[in-house]
Amino acid sequence: MKTIIPVGPYHPLQEEPEFFELEVEGERVTKLNINIGYNHRGIEKLSEGMHFDQVTFLVERICGICSTSHPFAYVQAVEDLAGIKVPLRAKYIRCIIGELERIHSHLLWLGLAGHFIGYNTLWMWAWKYRETVLDLCEQISGNRNHYAMLRIGGVRRDILNKELNELKEKTSTLIPAINMFKGAAMDDPVIGARTKGVGVLTKKQAIDYCVVGPTARASGIDIDVRRDSPHNSAYGLVEWNVPVLEDGDVFAKVVVRILEMLESVKIITQSLDRLRDLKEGEIWNEVREIPSGEGIGTYEAPRGEVFHYVRSDGGNTPFRHKIRAPSYVNILSNEVAVVGGDVADACITLAAVDPCYCCTDRIQAVEDGKVKYNWKQLLQLSQEKTERIRKCYENYKR
Amino acid sequence: MKGEMRKGIKHQTFNIKHVTFNIKHLTKVMIEDIVKEKLGNRVLNWEKKNERRYYIEIQKENLQESVGILFRDLGLRFSIASGVDIIDNFEILYHFSSDHEDKFFSLRVKINKENPEVPSISGIITAAKWIEREIWELLGINFVGHPGLKRLLLAEDWPEGVCPLRKDYNKNV
Repeated sequence: MKTIIPVGPYHPLQEEPEFFELEVEGERVTKLNINIGYNHRGIEKLSEGMHFDQVTFLVERICGICSTSHPFAYVQAVEDLAGIKVPLRAKYIRCIIGELERIHSHLLWLGLAGHFIGYNTLWMWAWKYRETVLDLCEQISGNRNHYAMLRIGGVRRDILNKELNELKEKTSTLIPAINMFKGAAMDDPVIGARTKGVGVLTKKQAIDYCVVGPTARASGIDIDVRRDSPHNSAYGLVEWNVPVLEDGDVFAKVVVRILEMLESVKIITQSLDRLRDLKEGEIWNEVREIPSGEGIGTYEAPRGEVFHYVRSDGGNTPFRHKIRAPSYVNILSNEVAVVGGDVADACITLAAVDPCYCCTDRIQAVEDGKVKYNWKQLLQLSQEKTERIRKCYENYKR
Repeated sequence: MKGEMRKGIKHQTFNIKHVTFNIKHLTKVMIEDIVKEKLGNRVLNWEKKNERRYYIEIQKENLQESVGILFRDLGLRFSIASGVDIIDNFEILYHFSSDHEDKFFSLRVKINKENPEVPSISGIITAAKWIEREIWELLGINFVGHPGLKRLLLAEDWPEGVCPLRKDYNKNV
């Protein structure tokens, strides 16, 4: 007998509205229908009414987790359109902020994956170490998320040379933490039992569904935009590797992400080292105007390739701006990955592609039924915290 | 578990730069030449924007064949399609990525506004299912042969026949 289990659009296990309709026979999933669009904000249309520089910050708001990836791909597209080159120092800074974002996104996913299989210890630990990364982001950009670092022709903020040592030291504290997760995930029999052979996406299916990022690399497809297309970024100038696994199950996706974090630390430390020899302040090539034409920009977000297509008619605003986030193709591949598995595994399989939860809510502190802080006070609190972190780093000497 | 670490840097560089350059050109047939040869006389206009971006205009009657050549025969990855309202016509660009060569090949199809119709490619590429639904609802282009052309992003109470990505769309109406 066929039963339909609806998951969503609003469901306690999902942070973002999305509707999965599982058709099951007994315990076995026979079909999956996916409905999206509950979070549609019309960003492509909004972009057509904004100045080229403003769009950088608009696309940052697509997602709070990969908030550098969209601007990264967008500025690449405009730079491709107009043939703009970027100073070397800006290339390294772009890489540093992009990789910090990757580590925090992967740790967030690792925690959630642990939570979904009922392993809440992993969740707490992963999010504990994610704080370190967010503090680093805050020290560099002033924000935990939405860094606003990128602009067409370079970056907006410099990293001071005197801060490099502290940043590097703090980054290196992540290595033992990630190695701990590597051990915990790879050797733990419970994680193995829940993820090995579960939600398999074969190489052929992965090619048919054109999946990208860790989802593709776990299925044996060797693609990574950072390596394959390192233009206007420093990925071609530092030593790092791309982990590729063949199994295609959830376990392979866990391993790919954990190994990737170690590679990200490598990229960050090397980039920080190189910044020392470059002159402070040379971070932007002035861009006078955007000619008419079209350009394509891609960047490897934590979830896979982000694609931006920009067309200009010579005016101030994009004539057309097409955005393709990695989850757009990855989520559809669940159609085949879930089928044939148990209902109990569906949750972790659906989460394994790391669907992008693009809602970052703002905090409201309430005490005795009254709002405790207003907007200005909250802003002041956050600025004070940033100052504290910066001071703390200055005193941070072992 | 099978798996390996692939090198992060794409081309191993030798000490003498121009030698690598020569070897690369002597031993390797460039992917754009293969694409050009395979597509043959289907190409209406071959536009090379720069070394990494190629825009190829074709007729919509040849679309399915050309997509089959790029995706099945040459093994390019379908990245996404983007529909554009260029006021006189509609235009759909199908972006194909040749990942290891770092090149994008975009098939450009022009569609007239009186009868906005184009053959669906979702039979060839499963990943095109959603984007065709999206272009259908946002630009009002009909994809002939699509198995389930229904709304993807727009709300159910969105008025019928109003296409927000068209240039003549008026948000006040």
